[in-house]
Amino acid sequence: MSGYVLKNSLAEQRIFLSRIIAAFVLIVVLSVGLLVRLVYLQVVGHTHYATLAKENSIKIAPLAPTRGIIYDRNGKILADNIPSYTLELVPEQVPNMDETLRNLKNLLDIPEEKIEQFREHLPRNKRFATIPLLLRLSEAQVAAFSVVRPYFPGVDIHAGLVRYYPYGELVSHVVGYVGRINEQELKTLPEANYQGSYHVGKSGIESAYEVDLHGTTGYVENETNAQSRPINIVNEFDPVPGINLHLTLDIDLQKTAYDALEGYNGAAVAIAIKTGEVLVFASRPGFDPNPFVYGIGSKAYKDLQESEDQPLFNRVLRGQYPPGSTMKPFVALAGLENEAISFQHRVFCPGAYQLPNSPHKFRDWKKGGHGSVSMENAIIESCDVYFYSLAQTLGIDRLHDFLQKFGFGEETGIDLKGEKPGLLPSREWKRKTQNQEWYPGETVITGIGQGFTQVTPMQLARATATLANRGRVVQPFLVNRALSPGLVAPATFPREPLIPLKDANVTNIINAMVNVIHSARGTAKALGLGLPYKMAAKTGTAQVFTVKQKEKYNEDQIKFKLRDHALFIAFAPADNPRLAVAVIAENGGHGGSVAGPIAKKIINQYLGIK
Amino acid sequence: MQLETNTEEFVVHSWLGDFLRKLHIDIPLFLGLLLISGLSFAILYSASTQNMDVLYKHLVRSGLALVFMIVLAHINPYQFKRYSLFLYGIGVVLLLAVLVMGEFGKGAQRWLDLGLFRFQPSEMLKISTPMMIAWYLSEHVLPPRGKPLGITVLLITAPTLLIAKQPDLGTALLVASSGAAVLFFAGLSWRIIGSLLAFLGASAPILWQFLRDYQRNRIYTLLNPEADPMGKGYHIIQSKIAIGSGGISGKGWLGSSQSKLDFLPESSTDFIFAVFAEEFGLFGCLGLLVLYLLIISRCIYISLQAQDTYTRLLAGGLSFTFFVYVFVNIGMVIGILPVVGVPLPLISYGGTSMVTLLAGFGILMSIHTHRKLLPT
Repeated sequence: MSGYVLKNSLAEQRIFLSRIIAAFVLIVVLSVGLLVRLVYLQVVGHTHYATLAKENSIKIAPLAPTRGIIYDRNGKILADNIPSYTLELVPEQVPNMDETLRNLKNLLDIPEEKIEQFREHLPRNKRFATIPLLLRLSEAQVAAFSVVRPYFPGVDIHAGLVRYYPYGELVSHVVGYVGRINEQELKTLPEANYQGSYHVGKSGIESAYEVDLHGTTGYVENETNAQSRPINIVNEFDPVPGINLHLTLDIDLQKTAYDALEGYNGAAVAIAIKTGEVLVFASRPGFDPNPFVYGIGSKAYKDLQESEDQPLFNRVLRGQYPPGSTMKPFVALAGLENEAISFQHRVFCPGAYQLPNSPHKFRDWKKGGHGSVSMENAIIESCDVYFYSLAQTLGIDRLHDFLQKFGFGEETGIDLKGEKPGLLPSREWKRKTQNQEWYPGETVITGIGQGFTQVTPMQLARATATLANRGRVVQPFLVNRALSPGLVAPATFPREPLIPLKDANVTNIINAMVNVIHSARGTAKALGLGLPYKMAAKTGTAQVFTVKQKEKYNEDQIKFKLRDHALFIAFAPADNPRLAVAVIAENGGHGGSVAGPIAKKIINQYLGIK
Repeated sequence: MQLETNTEEFVVHSWLGDFLRKLHIDIPLFLGLLLISGLSFAILYSASTQNMDVLYKHLVRSGLALVFMIVLAHINPYQFKRYSLFLYGIGVVLLLAVLVMGEFGKGAQRWLDLGLFRFQPSEMLKISTPMMIAWYLSEHVLPPRGKPLGITVLLITAPTLLIAKQPDLGTALLVASSGAAVLFFAGLSWRIIGSLLAFLGASAPILWQFLRDYQRNRIYTLLNPEADPMGKGYHIIQSKIAIGSGGISGKGWLGSSQSKLDFLPESSTDFIFAVFAEEFGLFGCLGLLVLYLLIISRCIYISLQAQDTYTRLLAGGLSFTFFVYVFVNIGMVIGILPVVGVPLPLISYGGTSMVTLLAGFGILMSIHTHRKLLPT
């Protein structure tokens, strides 16, 4: 065919030229199309894309602040930060979560429980957030993981500081503990300041002063690549460490008190009378707070919760006990201040007390009675009948109003959370809560600290300190704000500073309390033997009124549980009171013989007497 | 005759001009290429985050490609015509070889390992296909119709399908368009062009069936990149962010944050235009487009000056293919075309495309500098 080709070169050229022109037009049109699109992206969409670009490149990484250290009054560390390795996961970067967790579990011998905990945490966190899987890795675990780290994308070991409580159970109820931030807290905590923090104060000082202990989270603005790896630091704001707290607590005194309580569940509180500093805040049994920092296992937690001794129960602040005879000095003072009776007023005690027109006998603890007793002897010997009679004379209203001034029936306002108010009964209270009128018999037993009345050990210690301070109200507190400057957490609740009391009345009561120890008839005269200083005190024995129906039958146990609570309040030296103490030993029996020696040990050590 | 009027507007009457002419180098085209190559070093320096190693390799490749261009420029176009069929035949055979070896190897293969270097036959076809078509059509009456047209279509389709099967959609597209451009310049009737386009449109759903999953994904992605921002749409979203954030005047040379922060993948190769757009803004993009158009204009001018059908068709085809390169790459980076692996001509990092492109320009220079002087 090509042999016959007759090529018209001129026509070909003309066609070619027209096609070139067409192609060039097409090229120009398409180029303009590109340009239009570029205008759309770079002019119209510029602001939008510029914003996206900025978000793209700058990632903010939090720098967790160092938590404030908690010291006792002598600078001994109660809550420390120790270096710890944490195994962390970024879910977004983990290709296969199940497989990764399984492999890590085998590799590092992680308990199933931790894996479950982590899984529970997983959906609550953002995909790109770092979530701890295992805290406090051992050196061996760190080494084991380091070798295989390249095979675990999104998993890393973070070296950081973690809370440690060197004194363990000794201060568990006062210092409290930190724990992993839970879902509830995640909602209420200021989110920005807790980026990078795993822990939050859960109880005690750790919780009450959380805002100060935590510090301010710093952050670093990283320019990152698409894999979120930081490649350049744009800006860095250092975290502000939490404030170190200096407590008023004396750990040595605390240990003495705690050890002295051995064998009993109970509480001991010691307050410096002149200042309100709490030197002893012992609730026994305590618990080791350290496992809580790392996430206590559910079995261990269940054991703690279900223990009959209730180690998690803060008895100092939340234990509400009938004050028993420890109430008597205050009732006596109420009688004197209200001028209902005089200090010399005598009552005949036949061993029981009867209201007019009532057959009910209110028994004295001493069968046969005390005979004719003065107010002083009534306190020294703890005569019940005298105080039945006094309470009846005063009436519940005057009794309630006076006792209230000493802080009974309301929180002490100490710088801790979760305090119970106790109960100081009144007509109004009974009408409100039980919709019943007040019965005269209830006034009678209120006179000896029984019936509805309930106090916390902290309240009792505070009232004792206030009495020793001759009516100048003592406000207990735990954090020495002068040594811990810059605190934001509110100080203690402000109180009426002064209870107007007649000096002579106070002196009489204090003298009677001194004779509880230092006279031959005193209920705690055993404590006074060889005591080189004068101690003022009052014993108390509170009836345990109910035995729960559910309790298993165990003869020894029931017998023990039915025993009275032993109470003891004291302050010393009597002529210049410095320390006020309240001790409660649950089921301790008689206050003078069980709780008294505990208080004496505390005071002796405080005063430097061996 | 007006086309033949020898208006060498860039004639340089100096020893350098004489020297370059003796080297068979077309000075305007050469200047344009030098300008854009210089630009390429500047952009690559930034895109590679000042990696001198990358620049050094780019320099070596550019140098080798330049030498290859000058060698080709010395060859008489007659020789190209003579060897058109041979080069095309070799190319197709090699494509088959790659395909067969790919069957025994694992997965996709585009290159032959020749020990010293890897050779991509598909790159060779970018040049030899338009040569083949230009040769074949120049031997027949134009405009093409009937049997020659059918054979031409077959000659274009065969390598295209073989390359598409590798699978390398981008190169297949370029090979097809280089052949089609020659056919178009040969005067393929508008009616046929129209019905061909209509046919392609109608058969699109059938072609869709032949696409691989990832190829389909690219088209889905083009339509809605935001549907899968961390997956399939990632490239396009990131490059749009880079370009858009550049704005009118750009962030300045070395000022692109997106590519430096590794947000933009393949920032030195296929997506280098995004880096350029981020740093130099709309004005820079406009300038680059104008520079490309100037080069293309010179190429078109060369094709208009060509003295026989073969060189005319080949020059036209190569010129237009060069524009297709530019358009497909920029179109994909700015998100109006699917993501196919086409580099930005003369700027992207990568050896093979550079050699192929400069080979094309070498042929154009050869065509232009081997003209017989015609009596005016």
